[in-house]
Amino acid sequence: MKLDDLLALWRIRALEEKIRDLRLEGPIVGSVHLSNGQESVAVGACSQLRPHDAVYATYRGHGWAVARGVPPREIFAELMGRVTGVNAGRGGSAHFSAPQHGFHGENSIVGAGAPIAVGAALAGRHDGTGRIALTVFGDGAMNQGAVTEAMNFAAAFSLGVVFVCENNRYSELTPIDAMVAQPDLSQRATALGIPAVRVDGNDLAQVRTATRLAVESAVAGRGPSFIEAHTQRIVGHYIGDAEQYRPAGELDRDLRLEPIARLTRELLAEGVAAEAVARCEERARSEMDAAAAAALADPLTDPATAKDHLYA
Amino acid sequence: MPEIVKLNVGGAVNAALARALEEMPETLLYGEDVALPGGVFGVTRGLAKRFGDRVFDTPISETAMLGAAVGAATFGRRPIVEIMWIDFSLVAFDQIVNQAANVRYVSAGRSSAPLTIRTQQGNAPGACAQHSQNLEALLLHVPGIRVAMPRTPQDSYDLLLSAVACDDPTVVIENRTLYAGPKDTVEVGGPVRPIGGHRALRSGSDATVVVWGAVTAKVLDAVDRLEADGITVDVLEMVWLNPFDWPAVLDSVGRTGRLLVVHEAARTGGFGAEVIARVAESGVPLRAAPRRVALDDSRIPSAPQLAAALLPQTGDVETALRDLVGSGAS
Repeated sequence: MKLDDLLALWRIRALEEKIRDLRLEGPIVGSVHLSNGQESVAVGACSQLRPHDAVYATYRGHGWAVARGVPPREIFAELMGRVTGVNAGRGGSAHFSAPQHGFHGENSIVGAGAPIAVGAALAGRHDGTGRIALTVFGDGAMNQGAVTEAMNFAAAFSLGVVFVCENNRYSELTPIDAMVAQPDLSQRATALGIPAVRVDGNDLAQVRTATRLAVESAVAGRGPSFIEAHTQRIVGHYIGDAEQYRPAGELDRDLRLEPIARLTRELLAEGVAAEAVARCEERARSEMDAAAAAALADPLTDPATAKDHLYA
Repeated sequence: MPEIVKLNVGGAVNAALARALEEMPETLLYGEDVALPGGVFGVTRGLAKRFGDRVFDTPISETAMLGAAVGAATFGRRPIVEIMWIDFSLVAFDQIVNQAANVRYVSAGRSSAPLTIRTQQGNAPGACAQHSQNLEALLLHVPGIRVAMPRTPQDSYDLLLSAVACDDPTVVIENRTLYAGPKDTVEVGGPVRPIGGHRALRSGSDATVVVWGAVTAKVLDAVDRLEADGITVDVLEMVWLNPFDWPAVLDSVGRTGRLLVVHEAARTGGFGAEVIARVAESGVPLRAAPRRVALDDSRIPSAPQLAAALLPQTGDVETALRDLVGSGAS
């Protein structure tokens, strides 16, 4: 149901815009990386996973957590250092995790989640659960050795890992085209013996199909797959990024391509009532306002617990 | 049932790995050349044949090996990964320092990574610069990582099993000069010793020596020479560096009033500095300024006579102890 899809996209957008407001107002401090414009990759890919499968995201991972079912209230609380946060304030915007929802964490070392996902799949083979793992990373991470090592390791042992490269064209503040001679990043996976596809990451149907095939292949024991999902970030790398690297006119074009604008156009063209479309945004925003307000009212984590959980 | 057998360090490590694989079906043992070849030092010989696909060879990809260990450990496996030389762990330090050490803490205990890294370090004649460093201080600077450094066959057996049973990421640093050393009696199959503690190897009243790793043997030689002159010292071998048995060190220094720390790692920023700092902070009355014998801050040369000139030797320890005991109030 396309309206449900639109609501799912809006939930991530509304959560992150609320996070941006709270960051600028003060209850959230520190570095925050938003995924505005990329929501369809998370929504499409997570829709194909089973509850016990493991997702490993990057520091731009809020959307993946929401798509995995992590309650927004616990995300807001985490970002504001509340005791009710998923990690009681130890993870924060860039490192939170919620394994009970199959969300095994963000990571701010570019590419570092890929080898860890390989281990989750390795465990899935040995513990009899058949768990597979999905690891998402940006185009910039393709230039980290960890990603190549992980892909080769998974391929060598036919481990059930879905490698998703969220290609938003920028490695932090630098265009990926300036950092690679071969712009088709999927060829690196192909060279390692991993089936690879490039999809329009703004098209939920394409992301779903590619992920479904990758998951089926992994579950059947045929090993890893690689999906290069082309998308765009319509905000800066971090809150406060002046985005001087962005060419004139690019953002206007991206705002027409981004998945919420795209799906909204499709729904209206199909004759869905404008009110029904607008209600998705209203509902998502009101849910996030309520979640953020509830989290803001929660107590801060007690400083006396700052050294808890260092060792078993 | 516990039994007594004669094993060298390599054999003791092999026996401990076999027992872990036997008793804990969740263990996985992997690394470069550990399965079919049995390890470049022969320490893992026979295990792949006995335990099937739970023991396997990997690509030369330390980051993938240790990252996979983090991921598998968070899902209830107990990976035991061999990093062939500790120097190579630097290639994958991200997975140790940024990843494994953080899992429990940043998740507020919702997740943990109980993995074991087995590696070895130390200088051997003719070793080259990238195969002879002593890097324990790098790991000890990282909260969240347990570090053990066994020397004897019995400790090599016990500490490895304690490490595998430990719910924290743990690095066991062995020493390749000891693998094929003399056999000694080892009790195998007994209860797993809790982590922590130390070995009291000599007791005396004139000074305290705190030492770890293969250099302990040189310390014991030096101490035995001093005994002929009526100088007696406490020798505390620290088999676990994290957790570190601070009460034992403070108690001993409190009795002797003199402290010497000996390690093969470089002096500057070495863990010996930490031991001396903690003793100083504790306010234990000292009769003389504490001393260190350590690698004379340098890269390690290949030629044995050059390496020997820089690394702690029996004579260095003896001289340091005589100076220490001869200085200050008696």
